[in-house]
Amino acid sequence: MATESSEGTVEQLRLRERLARLRELPLLRGVGVSGEMARLQHQIERIDEEPNADDVWRAVELARHQDRPYTLDYVERIFDDFIELHGDRAFSDDAALVTGIGRFKGDTVALVGHQKGRDIRERTHRNFGMTYPEGYRKAMRVMELADRHGFPVFTLVDTPGAYPGVVAEQHGQGGWIARSQLLMLRLGVPTVSCIIGEGGSGGAVAIAVADRVLMQENAIYSVISPEGCAAILWRDAGEAKKAAAAFKPDALHCLELGVIDGVVPEPPGGAHENVDVAAQLLGESLGIALDEVKRMDSAKRKRERGQKFRKMGIFLE
Amino acid sequence: MASRIDVSIEHRGPEPPEPPGGKHPNTCPSCHSHYRDEELDETLWVCPQCGHHFPVRARRRVEQLADRGTFAEQDAELRSADPLAFFDLRAYTERIAEAEVATGLGDALIAGAASIERRPCELAVMDFAFMGGSMGSAVGEKFARACERAADRGVPLVCVTASGGARMQEGILSLMQLPKTVAAVDLLHQKPAAFISVMTHPTTAGVLASFASLGDVIVSEPGALLAFTGPRVVQQTTREKLPEDFGLAESNARFGHVDAIVPRPELRPYLGRVLALFHNGD
Repeated sequence: MATESSEGTVEQLRLRERLARLRELPLLRGVGVSGEMARLQHQIERIDEEPNADDVWRAVELARHQDRPYTLDYVERIFDDFIELHGDRAFSDDAALVTGIGRFKGDTVALVGHQKGRDIRERTHRNFGMTYPEGYRKAMRVMELADRHGFPVFTLVDTPGAYPGVVAEQHGQGGWIARSQLLMLRLGVPTVSCIIGEGGSGGAVAIAVADRVLMQENAIYSVISPEGCAAILWRDAGEAKKAAAAFKPDALHCLELGVIDGVVPEPPGGAHENVDVAAQLLGESLGIALDEVKRMDSAKRKRERGQKFRKMGIFLE
Repeated sequence: MASRIDVSIEHRGPEPPEPPGGKHPNTCPSCHSHYRDEELDETLWVCPQCGHHFPVRARRRVEQLADRGTFAEQDAELRSADPLAFFDLRAYTERIAEAEVATGLGDALIAGAASIERRPCELAVMDFAFMGGSMGSAVGEKFARACERAADRGVPLVCVTASGGARMQEGILSLMQLPKTVAAVDLLHQKPAAFISVMTHPTTAGVLASFASLGDVIVSEPGALLAFTGPRVVQQTTREKLPEDFGLAESNARFGHVDAIVPRPELRPYLGRVLALFHNGD
C-alpha cells in the first residue's frame, strides 16, 4: 500500500533513473561539439516530464505531416553521390521502398528506405509507403550486396505498415518481413536505422534490425496505428488519440523502453519547417552512430546486435 | 484515410463464452454437428462428420503430440508485466488475470522438453484462448528460451502456433518480440538444430511475420488462416474482392509458403518422420 510520500519518492527515483539513462546515451548529445552540453541540458529539461497525451498526439501528427521530408529528400542532402538500384531480381520494383548506394562522408554506404509520395499521383505510385513483399526482397538483395562489398547499411523507416492486400498476402508478406529481419541480424557490416516518420509495425521493423536504431524527435514507432488500436480495443477508431497516449509510440518513450538507441533532434516545429537543417541533424547523427559501431570487429558487432534484440521486452519471473 | 490504418496486427479477444447450460458447447461451424468434449477428445478435436479442425488448447495439443509423460514444462512461472500501465476500456493487468483464470495458463505459450514418436525435441505450443494467442514480452521470452534449450541440447524445436499477432497492450515492446524471436531462431539455424513450424488456425500478423515463417519445415493444418493481414481488414482497407480461400492454408500451399498441409490425425506420425530424417543416421 503506497502512501503519498512513498509515491513521491518513487516518482523522484523514476525521474532520477531516466536522467541517469539519458546521460549515458551518447547520441542524445547529437550534433556539434560546442552544442553538446546545451543539447544535453535541453534534452534533460524535455524529458523531465513524461510526454502527455497531447505531446504524443503532436508527434503522431508531425510524423504524418504532409510536408514532412521523406527518404529521398534526405538522400539528396546527406549523400554526395547516390545511385538508386531498382528491382528485386525476381518479380518487380516496389516503389514504396527505395534502395541504392551513395557516398556518405567519403565512404560508400548502402541505403534502404521507405518512400511516400508528395502529391496524389506520386502517393499512388509509391503506394503511400506501404511495401509489398517485393520491396523487402529488394531491400534484402541490396543489403546482401552491401555485405559482400563491406558497405555499411543505413535504413530510413517511414511507413504506415506493410501493404495489407490480396496479392501481398499471396506473395508471402509475413514470410518476407521475417526473412528481412533474419538477414539484418546476419549482416557482417555495420548497420544504422532511423525512424524518420511513421514506424508502422512489422513493415517498419522488417528493415530496422540494426546495430543502432535512432528515431527523429517527432517520429513514431508502434505495433499498430492509433486508429487501428482504437478500433479494436475501444471499438471506435475516433479514439485514436486515447489509444496513442496508451501505447506511447513517441521517441522518448521508445528510448525509455530501451527500444531505440538515440533521438535525433529536429528543427523547432518539426522536420518540415527546415528540411536542410533536419537533414544536417540526421546526417550528423547517422555519422556518430556509424562511427561508434564501425570500430567493432564484425563478429563482435553481429553478436552484440543479436543480443540487443534478444533482450528486448519486460516480463515478470 | 483508410489506407493509413495499419492493420498488420489483428488482435482478437478470447473465444466468446460458452452458451448457458453448456449443452452443446462444441458446435461444428461448418456442418453444425455438435459434440461433447469426450467425443472430440477421441477424434483429436476434428469433426467426425466433415473434418473441420476445432481449435486445440495448448495442454491438449501437448497430449496429442508428445509421447505420454515426456513433456517437462519450463518457465511455467514466467508472466507478462505491464510496462506501459496500459488501460483501454479495461486495465491490461485485469485482462491478463482473467485470461489466466479462464485458461489455467501463465501466458499464451507453453514450452518444455518432450519426445515425439520417441524423438527428443523441445516443444512449444501456443494457446489462442489466452488473449487471442497474442505475443507480448513473456511469450517472446518463452519462445526464445525454448530455442536456446533446443540449441544447447542439440535437439529440434517443434513449435505449434495459434496467434492473432503481437499483443498491443505492450505497445512497441510487443513489436520488438518479432526481432527477438527471429534472433532466437537464428541461433537454431547457426547450430544447426532443426526448427519445425506447425501453423494452426489462426497464425497471423506478428507471429507469421517472425519466427513462425522461419521453420526449416513449415506445416499447417487444413483450413487454418495463415495471413499477415486478416481477410476482414484487407477487405475494409483495399475494397478488393477476396478469393474464397484467401489466406487459408490451402492458398498458402498453392503459393509456396508451406511445405505440407497435414490433417491433425496424421500430424504426430508426420512429425516423427521429419524428426527422424533430421536426426541423420538412424
